[in-house]
Amino acid sequence: MTQTRQAQGTAAIDAMFARAKSENRAAFLPYFCIGYPDYDESLRAIETVAELGVDGFEIGMPFSDPIADGPTIQAATQIALENGTTVRLCLDAVRTLRDKGLTQPMLMMGYANPLVAYGTDRFVRDARAAGADGLIVPDLPPEEASMFAQSCAREGMALVFFLAPTSNDERIELAAAKATGFIYVVSLTGITGAREELPAYLTDYIARLRAKTDMPLVLGFGISTPDHARQLRGLTDGFIVASALIRAWQRSFNDMRALASEIFAAIQQ
Amino acid sequence: MTDTYIQTNISDLPDERGYFGEFGGRFVPETIVPALDELQAAYAEAIADPAFHANLSHLQQTYTGRPTPISHARRLSEALGGAQIYLKREDLAHTGAHKINNALGQGLLARRMGKRRIIAETGAGQHGVGAATAMALLGLECHVYMGTVDIRRQQPNVFRMKLLGAEVIPVESGSRTLKDAINEAMRDWVTNVETTFYLLGSALGPHPYPMMVRDFQSVIGVEAREQIQVLTGQLPDVCIACVGGGSNAIGLFHAFRDDAHTELIGVEAGGHGIESKQHAARFADLDISRPGILHGTRSFVMQDDDGQIMETHSVSAGLDYPSVGPEHAHLRQLERAYYTLATDVEALEAFQVLSKLEGIIPALESAHAVAEAIKRAPTMPKDSVLLVNLSGRGDKDLDTVIGILGE
Ligand SMILES: Cc1ncc(COP(=O)(O)O)c(C=O)c1O
Repeated sequence: MTQTRQAQGTAAIDAMFARAKSENRAAFLPYFCIGYPDYDESLRAIETVAELGVDGFEIGMPFSDPIADGPTIQAATQIALENGTTVRLCLDAVRTLRDKGLTQPMLMMGYANPLVAYGTDRFVRDARAAGADGLIVPDLPPEEASMFAQSCAREGMALVFFLAPTSNDERIELAAAKATGFIYVVSLTGITGAREELPAYLTDYIARLRAKTDMPLVLGFGISTPDHARQLRGLTDGFIVASALIRAWQRSFNDMRALASEIFAAIQQ
Repeated sequence: MTDTYIQTNISDLPDERGYFGEFGGRFVPETIVPALDELQAAYAEAIADPAFHANLSHLQQTYTGRPTPISHARRLSEALGGAQIYLKREDLAHTGAHKINNALGQGLLARRMGKRRIIAETGAGQHGVGAATAMALLGLECHVYMGTVDIRRQQPNVFRMKLLGAEVIPVESGSRTLKDAINEAMRDWVTNVETTFYLLGSALGPHPYPMMVRDFQSVIGVEAREQIQVLTGQLPDVCIACVGGGSNAIGLFHAFRDDAHTELIGVEAGGHGIESKQHAARFADLDISRPGILHGTRSFVMQDDDGQIMETHSVSAGLDYPSVGPEHAHLRQLERAYYTLATDVEALEAFQVLSKLEGIIPALESAHAVAEAIKRAPTMPKDSVLLVNLSGRGDKDLDTVIGILGE
């Protein structure tokens, strides 16, 4: 059942946004950490949610000291580490998923140190070869990104940077100039974790970014419910859901699948 | 002594991106990058302002009790039969350790920036106590993150911080020591960055912290360099300091940077010994320690093959940290400073020797520096001068030591 992908790397991510845009909606990128709750289950979750037709995936690689993450992702990635999840295993997971026919873009998401330990050039090459399309490193501001920028450019791998409510115009311009694929827009001043409500300033905040860049904007941190997803219509080009899916999954696999399905349905209405 | 107790511009490092050679930088989430820019600008402005220096200098003299003296450890030197050992007495600074130097400096800066909520992390509790003390003095709100393992082994300091009006927030994640306290403090900062000043306690973390903490601690070396010449008529042949994050060591070393004949020695925690892999000797065990990124800076980091940070061990909470300030990594690479280690056993021995022979109970951290002096002095001529930074007093460690040695 192996399907060939029409585009790869940054081009696959561009195509993902083009398609979502043609359907007049934002792209939905759920996050899953390889190795949580164990290796096989994490792959089953990604395959199951891929079958819903979601647009892409953030593939989490665990780190012992995740300073941008709240308790939910901390706990999940800790379990993944206890299960022996390595960078290499995360790349194996991507290759396995591609072999099984998963066509959506996958972006590798992980803190800098394990990637530095693996070798940054080698990581980018191996990740691209395994079938990953982009890279997201939460403790890597654009100023420090030269260690990845060249190899990502060479391999056609998207290198995503973050913007936050605290980012000033100068930093917006910097991220816009350096990012490929999209800009990860942190919804709030804080760490990851499910939230009750989206911040009230979101419209103004996104408008401030739009005034400075044409890059696709993908919102993350705190997006938790179908209603949140609905509120993003016309606002961002995509959004990421992580902690809320893990929390649903703590109840059951089916609850996690149901939440992903409801969120995806909400943006298609 | 001059009025100016912060030594700045003695070297051109770090560069404007916060690098000491290939070490340092700023590896942090985007959310706090603007706050680091703001801090850097505010700091540059403060140190260009004579009023800031005058303020700090006044507090150092009338509150901290600076300059701290240098004591000649006569009986210890005699017993060892070699170099004359001198102790820079940071244990006599108010709160009992060098950490107050940095806490007051950053506290004044926070007040100047109009930030009223201060957060800090602590390992041994000495930085937490320093921060809580400075904030009590300056009338600012203080919250200190501390791992529950450290809370257990440094009870007196936990009580002290509370008495000083600080909130101590227990950290249950990871190894529940200094590393995890820094993680939590950073998460707090990411969340409350607009209202909050992060008072980092050692010469580590993202730029400008390694530079700023060094500058605030450089008073140790500036004083010591003058005092030792008055006392002995010469510069020290060797300077020794323990290295946790590296603030007391860099504070001592910096004034001697250009004194080519003064050897600079940093002492890391050897824990149960290198072979045991239970230690915090980041420069000694290159099987498990190599350049990497932790807490916003590129330096030596103890990590497994997959880049996961390793748990460290030391009898002294203040040295129990898997990375080290980036400027030390640079000084080591330049071979301007050398790094060695003392094991738990050696530090405990030095702790007792100094107590018995000099009537000074050192902090377990400082006892690591004393242990190296005990090894080195006998190999040096009797007229040579060995200067040890006695970074803190040992009262906080009595429970730990009683637990190990018995009553
Ligand atoms: C007395 C004392 N010395 C040394 C240290 C180690 O820190 P640093 O290497 O930053 O001086 C500590 C840390 O808590 C301390 O309390």
